[in-house]
Amino acid sequence: MGAIYRREIGAFFTSGIAYVFLAVFYIFSAYFFSINTLAVGSTNMAGMFANLFLVIIFLIPILTMRLFSEEKKQKTEQGLLTAPVSLSAIVLGKYFAALTLYTIGISVVFIYGLILSLFGTVAWLTLLSNFLALLLLGGAFCAVGVFISSLTENQVVAAVGGFVSLMLLYMIDVIASSVGVTWLQNFLYTMSFYSRYYEFTCGIFNLSSVLFYVSCAVLFNFFTVRVFEKRRWS
Amino acid sequence: MIEVRNLTKHYGDKKAVNDISFTVEDGQILGFLGPNGAGKSTTMNMLTGYISSTSGQALINGVDILEDPIKAKSYIGYLPEIPPLYLDMTVKAYLNFVFDLKKCKLPRKSHLKDVCTLCKIKDVENRLIKNLSKGYKQRVGLAQALIGNPPVLILDEPTVGLDPKQIIDIRTLIKRLGKNHTVILSSHILSEIQAVCDRVIIINKGVVAADDTATNLSNKVTTDHRVVVRIDGPKAEVLQAIRSIENIKYVRADMEREAGIFEYELEAEPGVDVRREINRVVRENGWNILMLRTMEMTLEDIFLKITMGESITNDEKEAKA
Repeated sequence: MGAIYRREIGAFFTSGIAYVFLAVFYIFSAYFFSINTLAVGSTNMAGMFANLFLVIIFLIPILTMRLFSEEKKQKTEQGLLTAPVSLSAIVLGKYFAALTLYTIGISVVFIYGLILSLFGTVAWLTLLSNFLALLLLGGAFCAVGVFISSLTENQVVAAVGGFVSLMLLYMIDVIASSVGVTWLQNFLYTMSFYSRYYEFTCGIFNLSSVLFYVSCAVLFNFFTVRVFEKRRWS
Repeated sequence: MIEVRNLTKHYGDKKAVNDISFTVEDGQILGFLGPNGAGKSTTMNMLTGYISSTSGQALINGVDILEDPIKAKSYIGYLPEIPPLYLDMTVKAYLNFVFDLKKCKLPRKSHLKDVCTLCKIKDVENRLIKNLSKGYKQRVGLAQALIGNPPVLILDEPTVGLDPKQIIDIRTLIKRLGKNHTVILSSHILSEIQAVCDRVIIINKGVVAADDTATNLSNKVTTDHRVVVRIDGPKAEVLQAIRSIENIKYVRADMEREAGIFEYELEAEPGVDVRREINRVVRENGWNILMLRTMEMTLEDIFLKITMGESITNDEKEAKA
């Protein structure tokens, strides 16, 4: 796992994706930070965090699109799959590489916190829980992106597929509100990624939401392993 | 050591590999020969655990590739048909990555240096793989397979894309490696198999069509009952005369080689040498023999014959048995 992880981190930087991701994330987060927090003279960062949900929907697919589709296209996956490593080590190595870069990106919120601390008192605990929420959400989304990347050998398809899937997850609430069947509606509301995330931005740390995001990440990584397992057997 | 028992792979209805069995001992170099699409790569992919078999078993040093894949894979160095190279890495970084990926226990620096020297890629180790020529890429692919010094080497068309000198180098290298490794290499180039391999398995349409040593395959099937002869004489009469010889199975006139002079291909009953008889007939009629040779069956002929779907005649089969 370590070898794959290190290679992927390196590849993020040599391919330039890391710079694009970080730059775009910094631009948007800084924009929302200055509009929602600095401009109104508040230390409440909830508005920025709420907006970042949409930003990462666009950015995470960029981060994950390459991970498996490129391997398939360049036929390098044959090297990985015939090496003495388990499938889960391959998948997790790549997943954590994406998650690491994502974490580097979102860590910028602490710098915003530092900037705010020049002007007033910052609720560091709330900030930390918001950061954690963003990390958990990204963890789940990265797993979805990695899974979609394993289904295709075209990076663009992987990116667009990832973007559409994450958008659908974002819109679960909207879909739920237009569903007439009560039990289905309730089910969809509990599956909502956004309302759970919104709770965090309001300063509520809900352990069941933590579990929800973590299990989502585990589930999609498991699916990715199954994709390779299935391909091997068909 | 590699043991393959009744290995079969179906893709839907298509049988890519059908019931293949063979064993390769330590220190043996086995050549896989067959036309494109015969099932060579599929077999190799099953041996290396890239794809699973529909039924049957493949044991690498006694370990089943499906039951304990990680252990079995650690015995194998595999060079696939398309080398699994990350184009955006330098050769050095890539080999270091493979070294880590294989969880290699050997001293890193000296081992990588040895491998680079063996494959003659020392001079390009700091270049990006995407900027290398096909020959260099192929050699980096081979180097990647050699990392960790695995006891079993599986090489899928290792000399594709190399220039003649490099081909000779790689062949010498494989031969040297074959002394203390178990090697399977595939090719559709016969001279290569003949030059390198102790043993040849010819695969066609997913089944083993022949399995013997290279020398046996090419030597034993040399036959003196099939003759090509160029006779200076009227075609119809010559044909008539040859047909009258005892034991001749068939004769046909080939193309006109010189003005009015034809070449005749003829086949006698197996084991019968008819050359003297032909000579006698020609002399009796006052014609002249301008050339006479027995038709030797090279590996090439056997290969073509097998892969064209013809059955081999009985004594050729015996010769191979």
